[in-house]
Amino acid sequence: MSILVNNSTRVLVQGFTGSQATLHSEQAIEYGTNIVGGVTPGKGGQTHLGLPVFDTVHEAMKKVQPNAALIFVPAPFCKDSILEAADAGIELIICITEGVPTLDMLVVKEKIDQLGITLIGPNCPGVITPGEAKLGIMPGSIHKPGSIGIISRSGTLTYEAVKQTTDLGMGQSSCVGIGGDPIPGSSFIDILKLFEADDQTKAIVMVGEIGGSAEEEAAEYIKNNVTKPVISYIAGQTAPPGKRMGHAGAIIAGGKGTAADKIAKLKECGVEIADSLVDIGKKVEEVLS
Amino acid sequence: MNLHEYQGKALFKEYGLPVSKGIVITDSNDAHKACREIGGSKWVVKAQVHAGGRGKSGGVKLVNNPDEAKEFAQNWLGKRLVTYQTDAKGQLVSSILIEECTDIDKELYLSAVIDRGSRKITFIGSSEGGVNIEEVAEKMPEKIIYEEIDPLCGPIGFKARKISKVLELNPDQTKQFSKMFNGLVNLFIEKDLSLLEINPLVITSGGNLHCLDAKINIDSNALFRQKEIQDMHDPSQEDPREYEASKNDLSYVSLDGNIGCMVNGAGLAMGTMDTIKHFGGNPANFLDVGGTATQERVAKAFKIILDDKDVKVVLVNIFGGIVRCDLIAEGIIAAINEVGVEIPVVVRLEGNNADIGSDILQNSGIEIKSINNLADAAKAAVELSK
Repeated sequence: MSILVNNSTRVLVQGFTGSQATLHSEQAIEYGTNIVGGVTPGKGGQTHLGLPVFDTVHEAMKKVQPNAALIFVPAPFCKDSILEAADAGIELIICITEGVPTLDMLVVKEKIDQLGITLIGPNCPGVITPGEAKLGIMPGSIHKPGSIGIISRSGTLTYEAVKQTTDLGMGQSSCVGIGGDPIPGSSFIDILKLFEADDQTKAIVMVGEIGGSAEEEAAEYIKNNVTKPVISYIAGQTAPPGKRMGHAGAIIAGGKGTAADKIAKLKECGVEIADSLVDIGKKVEEVLS
Repeated sequence: MNLHEYQGKALFKEYGLPVSKGIVITDSNDAHKACREIGGSKWVVKAQVHAGGRGKSGGVKLVNNPDEAKEFAQNWLGKRLVTYQTDAKGQLVSSILIEECTDIDKELYLSAVIDRGSRKITFIGSSEGGVNIEEVAEKMPEKIIYEEIDPLCGPIGFKARKISKVLELNPDQTKQFSKMFNGLVNLFIEKDLSLLEINPLVITSGGNLHCLDAKINIDSNALFRQKEIQDMHDPSQEDPREYEASKNDLSYVSLDGNIGCMVNGAGLAMGTMDTIKHFGGNPANFLDVGGTATQERVAKAFKIILDDKDVKVVLVNIFGGIVRCDLIAEGIIAAINEVGVEIPVVVRLEGNNADIGSDILQNSGIEIKSINNLADAAKAAVELSK
């Protein structure tokens, strides 16, 4: 088993004919992902990468029955595209795009919660189930089917955790980038629930960073609900207060959201901490041995 | 993006909020004219910088005649104001706001933020204004109200009435506040604010509500649809290197160490800084060169990092995901040749074709230490920084 995506997931790519979508769709197809078509308004009826292009998600629903949407449209249009996918009845929406206005996300989040739809991202690398399906921009080659579930707010930092667990032979069940924005579609807790229920997952790596309180909330949840070992690394221990560290959500505001606070809370709730980025894999191995 | 007080108040005015009559000057010779135009016999002069804490640092003054206003402007224009919120260099004062003087009966507090936990715009109001709101929250939690705005509903009257109760407003003031609240919610949504603070919101001696200050932050992600706000940007309030980086689409934050960092991805960039610290060094900056790390971007990043003269060594940490490491290595070499880097450079490449990339760097003839293990690369950079 795995979480969120597998080789039977039928994927619709929104913003399909753009350069980033094309590059990553090609790689996803090569990886074995079942992409069934794409949407680019105004280009309906064309064929791209050998797959049908539609003007609307609703039309695609009728013709190719996708159950997941992968969004690459530019930030100004993401609210529109996410709500379109949700309205058409897609159950899982993954939005890769960086730079979506926060107020757009407030509306989107409210709406998808009402509809009971899962949104991953925006500003994230996507979701991969190694050996089965890759819905995102992560390099497929560093992954290996295995037993570790990975959740992260950062792209390249996820790859570090993946590489280390691959090198140590453990591999991954699924890897989920929830994104670096202040209002993510899914939280750590949403994904922890899925990994806890997944038989293939033996341990969970949670990569957090400064800003907000998602890690603290996750810590509390883990204490009460997660039986599997959780190993966490928090980035930004040397970040100065009040500065946005690349990600829109990575900012220590009013003295809140520091790495030290998060680490203390996680430890208090029984989460194992990797003190350094280079020790994530080792820590997982140690906890599982 | 932050706005100056006078810009915030212009937006307040646009949304029907009560603000003082004021004029912004950039030349001290205009002080007399401004005072005359505003009228009255007392004025408040305020140095315009983005940082808070201006009052305690001498950046705000009550003056009794136009000569004093001129003197204040002469003193501050072109100088840097240091407050507890700025660094030691402070922020440049390039304009002064002259306002009519308001007689205050009581000071209140009002702000609105995007609360990440509840995922809603949240108004925070308190009958205790002009003080540190965190202290009020701690010592007198009953004097503070948090009221969420449903993104699908916008401003609703009862929310304003609830806040009014905690602000201890009389029926007439509650009516005034309801109108203000409506304006503030619409302002927040229509202009893509991420923070709005009125500290203090006052009750004048005439019993009316009045916004004495205006602090506004705008969501940078939304600037593409806020042309009018874009024009309000004042780069003089930012670190010059951070501004230069942002113009080039690079995320850069200046720090006080001596190991320059160039990394792809924001999380990994923070992780790299932490790793340097872990091994006893001090990072000079945060820099996310972006997912692709092309020659052009790497060259720009080198220029910005090397502009900081404290930097003794540069650590480049690239996780080549989709882009192959051999291509990245060639980009790094070309960028180093283009920029003319004279200090040691340690490069760690990981991902696709990392070994080939490493060989290319080693055989390039320029002084690059190529170490593909992050711990060893960080240790080497720390050693070279001493």
